[in-house]
Amino acid sequence: MRQKIVIALALVAGLILAWNLHTMFLQVPDEKNQGAIFRIFYFHFPSAITSFVGFYIGMFCGVGYLVKKDLRLDSIAASINEVSLAFATIALVTGSIWGRIIWGIWWAWDPRITSYFVCWLMYVGYLMLRRAIDDPTTRARLGAVLSIFAAVDIMIVWKSIEWWRTQHPGPVLEIRGGGGMAPGMEAPLWWNFLALLLLFTALVLIRMRQESMKCEIDSLRRYAHAF
Amino acid sequence: MRTLSKGNDMDQNFLYMFYGFLAAWLIIVIYVISLALRESRLRQEIDRVKRMVEEREPEAKR
Repeated sequence: MRQKIVIALALVAGLILAWNLHTMFLQVPDEKNQGAIFRIFYFHFPSAITSFVGFYIGMFCGVGYLVKKDLRLDSIAASINEVSLAFATIALVTGSIWGRIIWGIWWAWDPRITSYFVCWLMYVGYLMLRRAIDDPTTRARLGAVLSIFAAVDIMIVWKSIEWWRTQHPGPVLEIRGGGGMAPGMEAPLWWNFLALLLLFTALVLIRMRQESMKCEIDSLRRYAHAF
Repeated sequence: MRTLSKGNDMDQNFLYMFYGFLAAWLIIVIYVISLALRESRLRQEIDRVKRMVEEREPEAKR
């Protein structure tokens, strides 16, 4: 059943992305000042938001583990955080490529970019920490605590463009108090966000199945060593 | 923020947009491949441990 859900989610995501590519290239005109490069925003922004959503769900699962001591919640948190990290990598890399054309540099130690990079490093650390600890309960407890700290940084990343007006553009969308995008330019952004969310869900489901396979291996090993 | 007007700039602009899209897709593809490889390793490990259990069970019963 899970396999069918994963395939269905990935198919719908793929269809939306393919249809959206057509819209982005053939229906949406170049932006007046930035030219064609502005289309990177259609991947950059949805990837960043998907990673934020994922990191927060991961944090809540971590808190849930600390309260209930249920290792399944830790498995869900680990799966979600790993997939979110992949989406955060997309946001950082696409942002850097955009910066190369618009700012003339690949990277700026701007508060938004730096805080997001720190967040990325924290989740890389989270995954390394999990690999380094064998005891499942210690691994789950420390992972949950680290994800709570990292979630504080996500709030800083989110608010940084309002607190410090430096290199990174300020809020663009009207829902965040920005000037908004021209009519017809904003719809593909939300469609891409939906597609990436579906893809994210499919990848999390695959990753969760792997976590349950690991649990099965651990219990089989314990059973084998009991003889 | 720079504004782009010259033809050369516009070509580079389009090229970097392509790089951006390529990078996004590459990251997803590499991650999916790594997931598939990990899953096949886990399946092999499950089979190996199951065989180990099957071999040990009769010995323990004796």
